[in-house]
Order: sequence, then structure tokens, then C-alpha cells
Amino acid sequence: MKELVVISGKGGTGKTSVTAAFAALASHCVLADCDVDAADLHLILNPRVICRRNFSGGKRAKIIQNECTACGLCQSICRFDAIQIHNEGTDAPTFTVDPIACEGCGVCAHFCPSKAIDFSLAINGQWFTSDTRFGPMVHAKLGIAEENSGKLVALVRSEAKKIAEQRFIDFILVDGPPGIGCPVIASISGAGLVLAVTEPTLSGLHDLNRIIKLAHHFQIPIMACVNKWDINEELTLEIEKQARSQDVRVCQRIRYDPAVTQAQLETQSVVEFGNSPAAEDIKNLWHTVSERMNEL
Amino acid sequence: MPNNLKHTGNKLKIAVASGKGGTGKTTVSANLAWAASAIGLDVAYLDCDVEEPNGHIFLKPVIEQSRPAGHLIPKIDSDLCTGCGQCAKICQFNALLCLGQEVLVSPELCHSCGGCIRVCPEKAISEVSREIGRLDIGHSGKIRFVQGVLNVGEVMSPPVIKAVKNEGADTDLIIIDAPPGTSCPVIETIRDCDKVILVTDATPFGLHDLTLAVEVVRVMNLPFAVVINRCDIGNNQVLSWCQAEHIPVLAKIPDDRRIAEAYSRGEMIARALPEYQSTFTDLLNKILADFPDTERHAS
Repeated sequence: MKELVVISGKGGTGKTSVTAAFAALASHCVLADCDVDAADLHLILNPRVICRRNFSGGKRAKIIQNECTACGLCQSICRFDAIQIHNEGTDAPTFTVDPIACEGCGVCAHFCPSKAIDFSLAINGQWFTSDTRFGPMVHAKLGIAEENSGKLVALVRSEAKKIAEQRFIDFILVDGPPGIGCPVIASISGAGLVLAVTEPTLSGLHDLNRIIKLAHHFQIPIMACVNKWDINEELTLEIEKQARSQDVRVCQRIRYDPAVTQAQLETQSVVEFGNSPAAEDIKNLWHTVSERMNEL
Repeated sequence: MPNNLKHTGNKLKIAVASGKGGTGKTTVSANLAWAASAIGLDVAYLDCDVEEPNGHIFLKPVIEQSRPAGHLIPKIDSDLCTGCGQCAKICQFNALLCLGQEVLVSPELCHSCGGCIRVCPEKAISEVSREIGRLDIGHSGKIRFVQGVLNVGEVMSPPVIKAVKNEGADTDLIIIDAPPGTSCPVIETIRDCDKVILVTDATPFGLHDLTLAVEVVRVMNLPFAVVINRCDIGNNQVLSWCQAEHIPVLAKIPDDRRIAEAYSRGEMIARALPEYQSTFTDLLNKILADFPDTERHAS
């Protein structure tokens, strides 16, 4: 089974548009949207949700008011400023846990002398298995202001793998999150191949270099492509040069093309939307990437 | 002109955030800092997008000081440790593993909660700082500049974000460039801000991610407003959604190829394309007008 993860470092370079086009070009694949805190792939693939489940990545503290003696120990030992005091200075102060600030460490619950703090599994989001016109898809929605996005990413990937095994599909296509931190590491660790989609800007260059280092750090094969390359040809050349100097295979560039946004408005990937420069470039890119996948 | 802000004693913290990446957070925040500085405000620009900090590309700061940013991790004194395993039991993040008489620490998983130190009956655990990134502190013209840079391969950005925010607290106006998304790094960045400016683009992706970002700021009870970048690229749905939700739209920036090109070269829009200066000055004035104490001095 082969897994391709599309990432970018910098956000907004066209990861999801490229992923959606690849989904249309791959004859059959399992899709996984690992950008769990701002997932967009479903806006193009319009999945029909078959199964919806809660995700719990950790625990959260909650003070049981009628057991609490308001001693204030929890507030003094919480490292995350998550314990709030109300009616301070009166003879009846109360304490509550700010669920957004709570890190889920459980220190307050462990040391509470009155055992007045409940510490149980929190629901941090939901995940879905769905059908799309290009194959099954696993996606998720992290709860609002929730934690544990890395664990949710790992869950989405492992469920996608299960489906691939059950249905004898040998290709998993992953839309990754931006950045280089926790959810990105969870998205790429152990993957077969990473494709970094960047743009010809100094920001794109700076961020690509960091994502290349990350892929090398975890020893994952990485290829790179410049999207909207004709915005700045000089920088495109520089980006490609720097990528090659780090042993990254540089693939087909994609032209800047309003058809990408137009297709998005029509809930289509750019290759379904008809002939356009970007569609042509992405088809060539797919050819190169799928050949590389076959070599793995 | 609100040039007397420094005498009000109020420090205003404005975060520029977005659900979706690449919508123009850095463009808006860097040019806001420029606009504030141009009218004589004492302003700091803090880059809290520590995974991919890009503000330096545009503000081209002179860095006067760099220092490591770290988080606290446990250090086990093996002479005192009896291998009782209580530290591993209390740790919710699997950062400690007790194997027989030995405790193994996985520092990258540690959230620095201090539970292991407190629970250890032998007082065998102390805390040491472990570097996970660095802080760069300097200035760009009269703008105070601070950025955090997470080391490649590190999982947790919030401690670096916290360090950036602690460093930049002494100017009157603080503009914070937030990371994209809706999870922990964003929460850490915006949690104590006076106002959040959500930047989006006028596409279906932009609208969807804006609705998520709006849910976050609403849950956190933070005042917020929207800036629509590339406002003519897709359709009008972002604008009509904001109107339906009674969310103020403070600025609209067109999809101008010259902006994209200036951005690609790392140029500030306000400098490269002076006709857009008023866009950012107006945006700044609208933001400041929301704060009565500031407005009083803004005549």
C-alpha cells in the first residue's frame, strides 16, 4: 500500500486544490483529510457521510461544586492558568476550570484534597468515513478551540489505512495541514512519499526549506512543485535550485490560473472543470508523482 | 491622528488570525504595524506563527538579540529514584516510562505540567529547560520586532508562542501575527488579545475556514472583525455571510497582481504600492476606534 501526503509549510499554496485534482486523476484511492482544524477537501469532494464518530484525545478537569471546599490548591498548582476564581474576596469564593485553557494534565484532580475534581475523557472532535465520487474518504472536524489535533490526524490516517486494506485499494492520498508542528509530523511520519506544494514567494521559499528539513529529519522521501510559478519566475528558479541542492526532486510547475478558483466555486477539482492551463500542468505533475510512487 | 496613545497607559493587543492559511495574515499585520508606526504610535510586531514565521521577510528587522526558547522537562536523579512509577502514572502525555528501576523521559512529549515533580515521593525529579526554538528580538525602523522560531522536528509550538508574547509586552500597541488553524497554537496566541482581526479570502475555502475561526473567537468571547483579502477573486458569499452574522468587515483588499508580485519579492505593500497605504491606515483607525480610551485621544 502506498501513501502520498501533500503538504506545503506555508498555508494557502494550493495543497487542497492539487489533492482534489489528484483524487480525480487517480483511478481509485482512499482519501484522508488531515488538515483537521481547517479541513476543506470535502468542499470539493462533497462526501456522503456513512459513519460519524466522536473523537476523544485526552481528558479534561471539571470541579464538582458541592464537593469543593474552595481551598484554592488547584489554582496554585495549575501551570496553565486554567482555574478561575469567582467571587474572590467574599466569604463564598468558587472555582471553575476554563475548558479552553485546560491542558488535560490532571494535576489538579490528582492533588485535590477533597477529591472534588472530575477528570474524565473529553470529546475533542468528530471523525467521518464517507464515500466520494473518487473513492472512500476519512475526514474529521476538531472541536472548536480543542486540543489533540496530532492524535486526530493519526486516527484519520490509521482509519484510511484500514479501509484501504478492507477494500483492497493500494493507494492513500492525504491532504496535509500547513506548518511544521504536531499535526504535520503526525501527517507525514511513516508515509511513503511527501509532495510539497509551494509558491514563488520569499515566504514560500523560506517555509519550503523548513518542510524539507522536517521530511529529511523523519527520513521521508520528498518531492516539490511550485504552484502559480509565473507570478515570479526568478523566484521559481531559485526555489527549484535550493530544493535540488537538498536532494529534493523538483516536479512539474503549475501556472497561475483563475480556473482553479472558478472550479472551486463549482465544487469541482480543476481537472474536472475542463481544459485549462492549471489542469494540464497538474495532469503532468500527477504523471511524474505516480511514476515515483510506483518506484517506491 | 491617534498619536497620543502612548499617554493613555493602555496597551492594546490586536491579533491577526485566520482559519485558512495563506489568506494574508502577515500582509495585514506587517502593514498594520507600518501604519501605526507611520502615525507615531509606539508599536510592536510579534510573529507568533512560530512554525513558519514570515514577518521578517517583509519588515526586514535588525535583530539585536537572539536567545533560546524552551520548555521545562523533568530530570530524574537516578540515585534517589526507587522506580515506584508514580511519575509515569500521573503523566497524561506518555512523556515518562518506568521500566523496572529506571525512568525514561521522552522530552518532546512533555507539556511541563509539573505533575511528576509534585507526585514523586523521593523528591528525585527536578526541572530543566530544554530548547525547542528561539526568540529573535530587534526593530524595523521604529517598530519593535519579536519573532519565535520553532526548531524543525519539534511538536509543540505553544511554549515558544508564550515566550514571544512575554517578550513583546511593553509597547502601547501590539500587533500579533497568529498561526493559521483553530487549535492550540492559535488559542495560545489570541487568548488574551483585545481584538482579533480575521483575514479571509473570498473563496469557498476561505468562507468555510472563516466560519470555523469565528466559532473559535465566539467561544473565547473575544471581540473580532473581518478583513476580506482578494475580495474579488471568487464570489460575494464571504461578504453576505458576514452581513448576515452582523460581523463588521473592516477592509477589503482587491486581487491585484501587483500585490501578489510585491509580496513574492518580500516587499511591504504600503511601501511598494503607496496607493494602498490608506487601506491599512483606515483599517488601523477603525480598529483603534473600537477602544473608547484610545478614541478619546484620537482626535
